[in-house]
Amino acid sequence: MRSDRAPWALKCAAAAGLVFLLAPIVLIFIYAFTTEEKSFQWPPPGFTTKWIGVTMGRADVWQALGLSLKVAAISTGIAMVLGTLTAAAVSRARFFGRETISLLVILPIALPGIITGISLRSAFSLLDIPFSTWTIVLGHATFCIVVVYNNAVARFRRTSAALIDAAMDLGADGVQTFRLVILPNIATALLAGGMLAFALSFDEVIVTTFTAGNQATLPIWMLQELIRPRERPVTNVVAMAVVLVTVLPILAAWWLTRDGQHSEGSEK
Amino acid sequence: MSDTAILPPRSGVVARAVDWMIRHPAMFTFLLVLPITLWLGIVYIGSLLALLVQSFYSIDEFSGLVVPEFTLATYAELLRPSNFAIILRTVTMAACVTVASAVIAFPIAYFAARYARGGWKALFYIGVMLPLWSSYLVKVYAWKLVLAKEGILSWAFAKLHLGWLLDAILALPVVGGNSLSVSYTGTFIVFVYIWLPYMIIPVQAALERVPGAMIEAASDLGATPGQSFRMVLLPLALPGIVAGSIFTFSLTLGDYIVPQIIGSGRLFIGQAVYMQQGTAGNIPLAAAFTVVPIAIMGVYLWGARRMGAFDAL
Repeated sequence: MRSDRAPWALKCAAAAGLVFLLAPIVLIFIYAFTTEEKSFQWPPPGFTTKWIGVTMGRADVWQALGLSLKVAAISTGIAMVLGTLTAAAVSRARFFGRETISLLVILPIALPGIITGISLRSAFSLLDIPFSTWTIVLGHATFCIVVVYNNAVARFRRTSAALIDAAMDLGADGVQTFRLVILPNIATALLAGGMLAFALSFDEVIVTTFTAGNQATLPIWMLQELIRPRERPVTNVVAMAVVLVTVLPILAAWWLTRDGQHSEGSEK
Repeated sequence: MSDTAILPPRSGVVARAVDWMIRHPAMFTFLLVLPITLWLGIVYIGSLLALLVQSFYSIDEFSGLVVPEFTLATYAELLRPSNFAIILRTVTMAACVTVASAVIAFPIAYFAARYARGGWKALFYIGVMLPLWSSYLVKVYAWKLVLAKEGILSWAFAKLHLGWLLDAILALPVVGGNSLSVSYTGTFIVFVYIWLPYMIIPVQAALERVPGAMIEAASDLGATPGQSFRMVLLPLALPGIVAGSIFTFSLTLGDYIVPQIIGSGRLFIGQAVYMQQGTAGNIPLAAAFTVVPIAIMGVYLWGARRMGAFDAL
């Protein structure tokens, strides 16, 4: 008996699971065009594109988006430098405290975000550090390091150390070796790690609520709208925009890696 | 042949610095790990330790100021019925969410690993990746739309003439409420939805390593589908399930946004921490509350490691 056809019960369960996973996201798109302003009424009484224009004209949305992009860019930059240096050290040398460092890097993401958030906040208040963009960046960079580190360390392990020795023997100085041999070898891993770090920072809300003060990143803006709604249709449109921003890279990543294995982007 | 076997030192500050590093590999390694040690070792671990220390302080009931003297009184406060109920509620929720995620994830992961081909495989990949990578708050918001009293779920129940069933669920004493979006059931559904991809990915990875021939061999040897599931598939998938459960359990323990937006208003550990450090200004109690998930996860990780879950990550 061949068994490459799934039993119908399994098919139904898997299909139901898929609907459960995707339906809420589809719903976001429908609600962005509803004419209903006060409640979450289903089915929508009518459709309009008016709220897209209204959202485009909202200064607070643009401000929050700007801050989010700025924080994500700076945190990713810091995480890429720190993560790559650490990965280089951990993968090429054995030294005292090596295991400790690889545990240390994972800790901010292994512990619930609220612990990272509150410990940073209480440290800021103990040291009288005022909240600013930089306190947000500090929190974000801390948990972004791990994704860059993970990608870089995997690549360094696959890159032979003999390659570096060979470059040096052939007369390349340290800077040339880095620029012409090391960097091209780790570039794609860094790109993948950087993208993950950027996405992680762009979406982060739990640590940010503790380190942000009065500034609002886009997730903080969303959170405020969820707790105290002001204009629901604007929230709907922002939600749709955020989904689009995340959907397109995923589709692109799937398209680029559909023949090979999808290891680098598949773990968060 | 050139007679200079040893080249003269290169000129320039950068080149000389690089040469110095090559001659002192230990120093070079030290310089590589110095930034991360300063950043995580001092800023992050320092903050964590400061928080831990504060959990051994107490707050003066009259002045509301923190008294920096060693005491276990703050931990004793955790055992007060109101606070202990918060801990119990959070752990129960985390356990329920973990079990439900495993049950829902298994068929999806199994179908995707064993049967899905071509377009279906792509659909399953996107079906897991999209919710995983979508903004956390957008997902919570989407469920506010779904679970609202006037939302799509009530509408679907009404259309299927099952409105009575929904009302019956909402009328239940503990898990019910005014509408799904203000009940434990709602909180539970949203938690399951948000952490489900974290369960599917490791389970699918574990199941992809199970050869299809092994299941066929089991049925050839006379196992019923139920038996081959219980005695072959499940033991092989177990490390993946345990690995996934680390995420679902830990993430539920620490979350304070989902129960705040979709829930009955009764507190979870995360909310208690947030309130104690914010409006109440009781940092010692907040710190003591954060030690609870750390301790639980410590035990959990230790157990998971013994079951070999880390090989499945």
